[in-house]
Amino acid sequence: MSESVESVWPRLEPLLPRVSKPIQYVGGELGAQVKGWDTAAVRWALMYPDAYEVGLPNQGIQILYEVLNEQPDVLAERTYAVWPDLEALMREHGVPQFTVDAHRPVGAFDLLGVSFATELGYTNLLTALDLAGIPLTATDRDERHPVVIAGGHAAFNPEPVAEFLDAVVLGDGEEAVLEITAIVRQWKAEGRPGGREELLSRLARTEAVYVPRFYDVDYLPDGRIQRVVPNRPDVPFRVHKRTTMDLDQWPYPKKPLVPLAETVHERYAVEIFRGCTRGCRFCQAGMITRPVRERSITTIGQMVADGLANSGFSEVGLLSLSSADHSEIGDICSGLADRYQGTNISLSLPSTRVDAFNVELAKELSRNGRRTGLTFAPEGGSERIRRVINKMVTEEDLIRTVVTAYTNGWRHVKLYFMCGLPTETDEDVLQIARLAHEVIRAGREATGSKDIRCTVSIGGFVPKPHTPFQWVGQTPPEVIDRRLQLLKQAINSDRSLGRAIGFRYHDGEPSLIEGLLSRGDRRVAAVIRKVWEEGGRFDGWSEHFSFQRWVDAAAAVLPAYGVDLDWYTTRERDEHEVLPWDHLDSGLDKDWLWQDWQDALAEVEQDDCRWTPCFDCGVCPSMGTEIQIGPSGRKLLPVTPV
Amino acid sequence: MVQKVRLRYAKRGPVRFTSHRDFARALERALRRANIPVAFSQGFTPHPKISYASAAPTGVASEAEYVELGLQAPMDPAELATALDAALSPGLDVVEAVTVTTTDSLAERLVASRWRIELPGVEPAELARAVAAFEAAEEVAVARLTKQGRRQVDVRGAVVAITTGSASVPSGVDDVPCAIIECVVRQVTPSVRPDDILSGLQAVAGLTPPVPARATRLAQGPLTAQGEIADPLAADRRGMTAERVG
Repeated sequence: MSESVESVWPRLEPLLPRVSKPIQYVGGELGAQVKGWDTAAVRWALMYPDAYEVGLPNQGIQILYEVLNEQPDVLAERTYAVWPDLEALMREHGVPQFTVDAHRPVGAFDLLGVSFATELGYTNLLTALDLAGIPLTATDRDERHPVVIAGGHAAFNPEPVAEFLDAVVLGDGEEAVLEITAIVRQWKAEGRPGGREELLSRLARTEAVYVPRFYDVDYLPDGRIQRVVPNRPDVPFRVHKRTTMDLDQWPYPKKPLVPLAETVHERYAVEIFRGCTRGCRFCQAGMITRPVRERSITTIGQMVADGLANSGFSEVGLLSLSSADHSEIGDICSGLADRYQGTNISLSLPSTRVDAFNVELAKELSRNGRRTGLTFAPEGGSERIRRVINKMVTEEDLIRTVVTAYTNGWRHVKLYFMCGLPTETDEDVLQIARLAHEVIRAGREATGSKDIRCTVSIGGFVPKPHTPFQWVGQTPPEVIDRRLQLLKQAINSDRSLGRAIGFRYHDGEPSLIEGLLSRGDRRVAAVIRKVWEEGGRFDGWSEHFSFQRWVDAAAAVLPAYGVDLDWYTTRERDEHEVLPWDHLDSGLDKDWLWQDWQDALAEVEQDDCRWTPCFDCGVCPSMGTEIQIGPSGRKLLPVTPV
Repeated sequence: MVQKVRLRYAKRGPVRFTSHRDFARALERALRRANIPVAFSQGFTPHPKISYASAAPTGVASEAEYVELGLQAPMDPAELATALDAALSPGLDVVEAVTVTTTDSLAERLVASRWRIELPGVEPAELARAVAAFEAAEEVAVARLTKQGRRQVDVRGAVVAITTGSASVPSGVDDVPCAIIECVVRQVTPSVRPDDILSGLQAVAGLTPPVPARATRLAQGPLTAQGEIADPLAADRRGMTAERVG
């Protein structure tokens, strides 16, 4: 039966022998679904704006894909950023942006949902819109075009891309996509009254969907924002984030997508809890996903069993923002290790918490013989800076933990730090070298072996919206680069110890652009558009990223607004400045965030509200949510492993 | 390991764009989903006992790919083929399976392949001229990028037989000629692939297809005295019958 929208496959296929890794454009993953076009009431294209190999494993997209396709009258397909080699051929041959499921043109869908895990995918969104034949500027679109709707962590400040978006959802998507679907279904069934404007206004009136065009931004003469206000009476002053409570009711992905192409994560991932209240002040994810909501041990066990049976994966990842903090993590690890002992299934826990308990868990999970790497994230080199960022780890803890790993048979551990943190001095960074030396020295002593190593891995700190560090001036790249050079020299100052220490870092320039996109306002859209026009693609990939292109674009467009790149990045904001995302409600009380920032400057730590009284960050009362943690006291019973 | 099974599988349609590594991953996962009792190697990182033999290049379809599995529990090969085929993606199709009853390796049996190469947009007469020039040449050297770097490979020497024909294009585009090559090519090192044959035709006769060719491996196996490809699983199949009779 021929349908009203045709597959682009016959036109795409002849291009594929001419591009690298053509399998990524073919689809046909296990778990993928192709539904009839004409019988679907609402059609979603879901995009992860990066290469297939990165986007396919993305949990957010997989969850929404499955949740939407479970609706009998809803069709959801996926699309990813195409590499420049295929982009050029698609332009030459007039092939539009397509979904990998049924190779349908993205421009034909009702909605295009884009998940922004990072800001560096913004230029890829523009490529996709352009290839899809969708006008880049949202207000230029009409009834023929999909509603372009963004989500994901970066969407908590969507202002730099607001011009390109029709709508934005903050927070958890499981229920939000169904509610949006219901509104679109109803509006279409009524014969699309009032056109696109009416549909967007129905979405905005839920108070959980942000429609940028319904808000005006006024600026002060000095370039700061004066206010952000609705330009119509029926939309809320602030838009609230969504929180899915009771994750046991949402055990997705049930049928994980298993690709033919190679991807960055080849495993079944189960999110063991969502949210984190450790309170690390640099961590946007921990701030915007509160409160902690655990999946129960029994749901986790069932998801792992089903996920493995449905996928054939041989690796399971127990994911969350700090997995060792699950109230029943010990029983989860030993229960799963028991279940899969003697099979070739390997279990892993992304280990970031620095304590010996983490080594115990890793040991438990590696009973099957396969040992995954151990990573600890002290984040800051000195105890002083760790108090500033609220990462409560003493030097003694760190050394004891790493030595425990060495004495338990690990020959190599990875230590993760950040550079460019607020109040940071050269001395704070040089402490990283001293720590690494100490770790090796203590490790050699404890094991009696010279065959132990550690890798020091450094990331550049980027201040993020909705965190206590949202006001800080970002450290300039040249300062970061200089500190990293000093650190490298300090690590190698002792040749014997230095030989056992690997050093990995990125230069500071990409972080500055990430900073611009993270804390930018609507005026930054012109920079993004300019960079894209000048060929900017795949900015998350060092071989494609061009710092100069961003600097040039910023210099070309920002002076007209009386601001510049430094104004957005290295400038410290004061308490009363209106921030571009103030009208977007993550639940965090701005006064509390400011107080936490002052506490950071005073080097005062903040405990976790799971174990100490509520410290009034504001999320639970304003969002009507609560902490959901165990222990349930239940255990995993043995099952016949697959 | 209690039993070895040899499989013939096909790579059809869009999944012909899987690379050899893509297929290997897909096969291992499908074996797990289908609960096939694959044997594993010993050691710190056990690997499933799977031997691959001369896989078709990425983008080339095939009706005749071969792989050998070691099993840790006995299983009827026909049942195995059905279960594995159901677990593999559509287009990766298990065609047949036999229990290994012989001692020589699969690679030793896969002496030559028959390929079919469709050239949409190429006039059959033009192709026939190019092929005639190719056949007349004693040696046709083509540059190939191998793991050892750039190498000159003699394509002509590996080609046992080459014929031409024509057809309407599979996608059904009207009025476009489509020339077809069928050839039997010996398995040599480095291997001579459909792309190399086309490079050879370009070298001897300047043949330049306007769109990428579509190649399919039709058969793979021992080469008979007549230059035909024989069934590489025939010997094992005879052994299975003999065991049943005995």
